[in-house]
Amino acid sequence: MIVSIGQLDGIAAEYKQKSRVYSKIVKICCGTGCVSSGALKVHEKLSEFIKAENLSDKVLLKKTGCHGLCERGPIIVFGDDEILYQTVGKRNLEDDARLLLKTIQDGTIAENLLYKDDDKAKRYVSPRDIPFYAGQTRIVLSQNGIIDPEDIEEYISLGGYQAVHKALKADPMEIIDWIEKSGLRGRGGGGFPTGTKWRSCRDASGEPRYVIANGDEGDPGAFMDRSLMEGNPHAVIEGMIIGGYAVGSSQGFIYVRDEYPLAVQRLLMAIDKAREYGLLGSNIFNSGFNFDIKIFRGGGAFVCGESTALMSSIEGKTGEPRAKYIHTVEKGLWDKPSNLNNVETWACVPHIINKGWEWFGSIGTPQSKGTKVFSLVGKVKNTGLVEVPMGITLNEIIFKLGGGIHGSRKFKAVQTGGPSGGCIPGEYLAMPVDFDSLTKLGSMMGSGGMIVMDERDCMVDVARYFLKFLVDESCGKCTPCREGVRRMFEIVDNICSGNGSKGDVEHLEELARAIQLGSLCALGQSAPNPVLSTIKYFRDEYNVHIEQKKCPAGVCKALTTFIIDPEKCTGCMRCASECPVTCISGEKKKAHTIDQSKCIKCGTCYDVCKFDAVKYE
Amino acid sequence: MVEFTINGKNVRAEKDETILNVARREGFDIPTLCYNDTLGSDGRCRLCMVEVRKGNRKRIVTSCLYPVESGVEVFTESPDVLLVRKTVLELLLARCPNSETIQYLAKEHGITKTRYMKDNDKGKCILCNLCVKTCEFNVGVAALCMSGKGPLKKVTTPYSEPSHDCIGCGACVAICPTGHIYMEDKDGVRTIWNKRFELARCPQCNRYHAPVEQLEFIATKSGTPMEQLLICPSCK
Amino acid sequence: MEVDTAAINTIIDKYGKDKSYLLAMFQDVQRQYRYLPKEAIQYICDRLHIPFSKGYEVATFYSSLSLTPRGKHIVHVCLGTACHLRGGPNILDSFERALNIKRGGTTENGLFTLESVNCLGACALAPLVRVDGHDYGKTTPGSVKKIIKEYGEPT
Repeated sequence: MIVSIGQLDGIAAEYKQKSRVYSKIVKICCGTGCVSSGALKVHEKLSEFIKAENLSDKVLLKKTGCHGLCERGPIIVFGDDEILYQTVGKRNLEDDARLLLKTIQDGTIAENLLYKDDDKAKRYVSPRDIPFYAGQTRIVLSQNGIIDPEDIEEYISLGGYQAVHKALKADPMEIIDWIEKSGLRGRGGGGFPTGTKWRSCRDASGEPRYVIANGDEGDPGAFMDRSLMEGNPHAVIEGMIIGGYAVGSSQGFIYVRDEYPLAVQRLLMAIDKAREYGLLGSNIFNSGFNFDIKIFRGGGAFVCGESTALMSSIEGKTGEPRAKYIHTVEKGLWDKPSNLNNVETWACVPHIINKGWEWFGSIGTPQSKGTKVFSLVGKVKNTGLVEVPMGITLNEIIFKLGGGIHGSRKFKAVQTGGPSGGCIPGEYLAMPVDFDSLTKLGSMMGSGGMIVMDERDCMVDVARYFLKFLVDESCGKCTPCREGVRRMFEIVDNICSGNGSKGDVEHLEELARAIQLGSLCALGQSAPNPVLSTIKYFRDEYNVHIEQKKCPAGVCKALTTFIIDPEKCTGCMRCASECPVTCISGEKKKAHTIDQSKCIKCGTCYDVCKFDAVKYE
Repeated sequence: MVEFTINGKNVRAEKDETILNVARREGFDIPTLCYNDTLGSDGRCRLCMVEVRKGNRKRIVTSCLYPVESGVEVFTESPDVLLVRKTVLELLLARCPNSETIQYLAKEHGITKTRYMKDNDKGKCILCNLCVKTCEFNVGVAALCMSGKGPLKKVTTPYSEPSHDCIGCGACVAICPTGHIYMEDKDGVRTIWNKRFELARCPQCNRYHAPVEQLEFIATKSGTPMEQLLICPSCK
Repeated sequence: MEVDTAAINTIIDKYGKDKSYLLAMFQDVQRQYRYLPKEAIQYICDRLHIPFSKGYEVATFYSSLSLTPRGKHIVHVCLGTACHLRGGPNILDSFERALNIKRGGTTENGLFTLESVNCLGACALAPLVRVDGHDYGKTTPGSVKKIIKEYGEPT
């Protein structure tokens, strides 16, 4: 049990002492992306080798949370950012593990495991030099990929729970002041000032009060929160303890997606450990303050990311939102004052307490302070997680950190804000990324999903995709969202199938406005955004679908025909073997043809052809 | 006391009243479908939306839920309000093309046809939730529920099977604003929600008047002897 | 169907008979049966003193719960945005063809259930397929049959 700062420091010192016996530290990323790419097998194999070479007491092999560069997983980092190896074990597990062992034994760098530029001309040894990392400012993710998320002592050794101690020495109002002055705004999407929210909750009448962490990361293509909960669960817990103390709550809840089993497991383990060390429970640091946390798992309902729906779900009911004319900080969970923040927001709190609000406020822009974590996905070269200061341009994120577009195609749009956000075209790539700029563009920051699209992506199809998502995920409570969004889907679906008619776009705009104005919760109110933003920037594409019955990107199946150019086809047979309906025929080394009557227009042949012989029209 | 204006008229209200209550008292017509005095408001149907202006800020809110506020200006038929209301009605008309209630309300707002494909599987149900609430809070049996979500949401008994809890009282039928719920009394048997109820016969006039299960439920709840309950209201 | 009430009691007691944990209890029961049997819903509702209708409402609202028996192997095709852009719908389509069932369906021999999922958060590996918790990244329509074969024949 830790009751004093001396004991906390003692554990930190002891841990550091303990790790000094290791001459080498090897960190294997065991985030979901790397695990899916085989990181656990690499860990197993390398452990075997280390044991066989009797190096176990010299080498510390750690499983860490997500390093961010998911595209090149499994990722392995040696020491303090000395060497980064990518795609380890992808070619040959045994060989790669031997290379790792060699690096451990005599420091020989395995050239072919290093990160390379596209042209393979430049290789990078330290992750610090890789543009993907060099352009980042890692605060929330600073310990992700460094610490073993299952080891509370390692977290403590890096200054963990110091912020709790410091906060408990201060007056709760003082903490709210700090958070307010730091300019921290909610990372879950809305961007509401966190300090203001805390103050309202503290001022609200009613007991008990609750603090809640929203880890119901539902935006498709976004995994910031997951990586955080999996990679550094104590940071979220620490933030919540401080928030609980500030608003006068002794009970916290974390609501996590059930689709994130590892996050649930890591959080549960972290809570248990924190209790064991006396950092959760009664009389924390002998201050008289009590605080504990319960975990709730979601049930695969996107709407539960909405605060009132989430609270209803915690109460054991369906996740139907309610009108927020009386705010949840006054009447939330079980009608008691409840302060809900996103997990990333919570994870910012210990840093602000430790380093001061002035420091936090010095990062970012005047209106959007600090950093934001984005999950950069889609047609970008370096899919992964990036943490950047607010105000950085889309250009920098996509082209500098993300390495630009995969393959030889051109950038078309970037979608931010998930199903509530919008698509931003190329001409706005110089726009700074902050809460207000993205809203001005008709999109929103959202929780941080950033989906990059290229010329082969159809904007009408993207709108259709998000509408379908929202139709299925609407809770069905209020008429405009339940009935209106499915009618928007029908109209867009018609356009994609070549049955669009003149006036459809105007009809969509009218219906969209009514849904925005009339829906009960943020899900419905923002549901038309993907359609409105694509109409705003890609109206021509809608018109081509409607008037010429063509899909310029070759995505909408009813409007696309794939053909093979006999001049260019080398008869390599790749397309024929990949075609899921075997409708491509032709002899080896002779031009192939597509049987249009059987073709399902999946575009696989187009994607796999190395000779540009497949075309669509 | 709270003072504000509705469509330019000065009105006064108690602190916890909703705009809908005040507006109706003051003679302003605001349509509703899911609102009921005894069961409160959920804000589901979105017909009762009004525009609330406060300084330069304007919001479209559900009047059945929005608490009155000093100094605000309320408009019950602003262009935005009418856009939402008409859209809701057109959408409901597509959902429940055979509902007379919806046809009537839509017509009142100038909507006689819908641009959307008409549903044929939703009956006249607009998912106002009143039946579910009256069953749970007024009757106290909670036999009904909403199942599913999104467009698949519907009012049902669990698994659409005859419910053990349903007492066949028909309170759901009485409260349904569109006449969606089917109930039939025939030859001493009431059929509702796929369940058949034996109807009790009044020992004095010999007429069927209520399901036996309902009377038994009342007997247990209120302690009234069954013999008394068997006598129909007109013979009491 | 008969449910193991002792096992369900253990689950209910694990959550201290707290109604708030209704969804969690359902999820735990589903982990045992691969779906949520009606009798289990009824049993849990009775023990928690909540109406059966409220339990059913919760059970049907959350899409991660299934009220119908599912196959031995559950195939999840991710249709998150990144997977959508990189051909996820074609992968789902290929599974539907290869298994001869539609999304949400179970093969006649009870071996496979095919479901889609909104996002599994491993976008670098898009399009992603998860079978019984095992991930297959960068799948192509051509790799679908190979994945199925690892688990058995669909018919």
